[in-house]
Amino acid sequence: MQLDDLKALVAKHIGARKKIVLRTCMSAGCMSSQADVIKRNLEAEVKAQGREAEVEVRRVGCMGFCGQGPLIGVDGLSAKEKLFEFVKPTDAPAIVASLQGAACDVQVGNPDHPFFARQMRIVRANGGIVDPERIEDYLAVGGYQALHQVLTEMQPSEVVDEITTSGLRGRGGAGFPTGLKWGTVAKSAGAKKYVVCNGDEGDPGAFMDRSVLESDPHIVLEGMAIAAYAVGADQGFLYVRAEYPLAISRLQTAIKQAKALGLLGGGIFESPFNFNIDIRIGAGAFVCGEETALMASVEGKRGTPRPRPPFPAESGLWGCPTLINNVETFANITAIINRGGAWYAGIGTEKSKGTKVFALTGKIKNNGLIEVPMGIPLRQIVEEMGGGAPAGGHIKSVQTGGPSGGCIPAAYLDTPVDYESLTKLGSIMGSGGMVVMDDATNMVEIAKFYMEFCMEESCGKCIPCRAGTAQMFHLLEKITQRRGTARDLAKLEELCDMVRHTSLCGLGQTAPNPVASTLKFFRSEYEALLQPDPFGPRPSVTTQSAEPVTL
Amino acid sequence: MLPLLTREKNADRVLRHASGDKRFKILEVHMKKHQFRQDALIEVLHKAQELFGFLEDDLLLFIAAKLKLPPSRVFGVATFYHFFTLKPQGEHTCVVCLGTACYVKGADKIMAAIQEKYRIKAGETTPDNQLSLLTARCIGACGIAPAVTFDGHVAPKLTPEATLEKLNTLI
Repeated sequence: MQLDDLKALVAKHIGARKKIVLRTCMSAGCMSSQADVIKRNLEAEVKAQGREAEVEVRRVGCMGFCGQGPLIGVDGLSAKEKLFEFVKPTDAPAIVASLQGAACDVQVGNPDHPFFARQMRIVRANGGIVDPERIEDYLAVGGYQALHQVLTEMQPSEVVDEITTSGLRGRGGAGFPTGLKWGTVAKSAGAKKYVVCNGDEGDPGAFMDRSVLESDPHIVLEGMAIAAYAVGADQGFLYVRAEYPLAISRLQTAIKQAKALGLLGGGIFESPFNFNIDIRIGAGAFVCGEETALMASVEGKRGTPRPRPPFPAESGLWGCPTLINNVETFANITAIINRGGAWYAGIGTEKSKGTKVFALTGKIKNNGLIEVPMGIPLRQIVEEMGGGAPAGGHIKSVQTGGPSGGCIPAAYLDTPVDYESLTKLGSIMGSGGMVVMDDATNMVEIAKFYMEFCMEESCGKCIPCRAGTAQMFHLLEKITQRRGTARDLAKLEELCDMVRHTSLCGLGQTAPNPVASTLKFFRSEYEALLQPDPFGPRPSVTTQSAEPVTL
Repeated sequence: MLPLLTREKNADRVLRHASGDKRFKILEVHMKKHQFRQDALIEVLHKAQELFGFLEDDLLLFIAAKLKLPPSRVFGVATFYHFFTLKPQGEHTCVVCLGTACYVKGADKIMAAIQEKYRIKAGETTPDNQLSLLTARCIGACGIAPAVTFDGHVAPKLTPEATLEKLNTLI
């Protein structure tokens, strides 16, 4: 299909739209509160009230304000969009009647709320606007034009240069420069190359990737296709967790639709470029978020990591050069191609460019997804956008980076959110989970919670991680049961160091972070639980040099 | 554990199953769709669990034979991933999300309430085979925490009381 044919298709699609659009959020969060029934009732009610000529009910993806769901946005009624919150299936008649000015007692949200106003949406630009199950909707907002531009006007090396200029860094957590990674894969020799999208969002408390895949699957597919052209790959794999059935079914639909229009498959846009994407479904293993483990899983094996080098860019899937990026990284690509790398580099801080999506959850008033420019102070996110702790509580700390991250105490809320600042505080950016804890939360319990997670998710391949996390968990259990002594605490700290420096992959290397960061900032909570040592203080041990050891 | 079977007996059992139960046929068609590729093992296991509810030893041997993989490899993969279960499940399943957001909002109390009332631990099934209690690492429903999945349907913002009530109506 040529671009003109696509434009004709889009014009027809836009022409068929009606004046008033009721956008019903149909992502997993709202679906659990009967969003599907709400949509059905709204459609029936529009018919019953004879408004079919002007009103349409559209299925859309996540609008972000999940805590207030189910949400319904109304377009075309006034200059500003209207937002209904906490909608129930029985509210349908009142909502449809309100379109003609009738009074309606459904709670109306404020679209100017800082939760929305402070956001800058690049990755989630189409979330809550397009119908994720109709490719025409994505095309109508300029979808697949970046791919067309890349295929017809740019050399692969120019695409890599554009991404390098943008300063985009991997959104999976580690923050490796994306342009550099693409350049390495492009330069690697090999007849067959692969592009893999890491959608194994295992961090508890994070659901950004889920929302992107459910709300706007095509933006990820287009980003992957552009990457494939840039590095010279013709086969892609999209690895998604089995816990996200809705995302999987929407991706399957999206791939089918893109293939039907010739935007995936053979001869894309009638060029010699071929690219196919297969979905690979995970099976509930946190370690598969690690790239070498993920590759093993794609190959149908146990998801155990292997030492690097060789890096996947040189020897990945079946020994071929492989580009692995996170869902959010791929979702940034079309915007960078459409608006230029220099534009993207103008957003954010010196070393962290662009925006980042965070899942703001826990003990906070406004739960949901936000996309903010890098470098925004944590306080603005938590207090202004999040509205602070619910009544009667005070924010004690913010946990970022899941089991690999740490707890940032309230005193450091003015820290700018970027890769380096968070690392300095002993936490990490991670994939973007942000769990707020108030003073009712016991930090030692939280450390134990994460350690139990790491212990159970350790793949068991290397001993420091397999045995170290188990020992640390037992020590934490002992301390929380008020059976621990100062000796146990010292042992715990020693183990933190050992596990961090001797584990094979990222899971083990970062597993001690939640313990180390809570020990650093909330040590008194640990000490309050300690019992006097019956054998007196422990003789000091000189620890050996902490050089990282490669297995 | 896998029973120690001789090669002949092994093939015999696979054949008997393959001819008797229709679901084996469906599974074989699914494998054919993947051209019996060995890297599709996880996809095949997903399908097998969907059809049979859990992965029995015979079923794993059947898959191993069809994909020309050693049984150890199939068994190794099936036991590595949490999603696969080698034990039969009860009539109903209740999956309590223990992700961080759910945890700080009281998922541990929900868990304790269910454990106390039904006298089962996570991963166990009640003696009358009515309810299997499972836990999830994070189902990505953090905006509506704490969340529990009843027979595949996610219920938002629960309390221990509301959860027990839901289970009462379910069973």
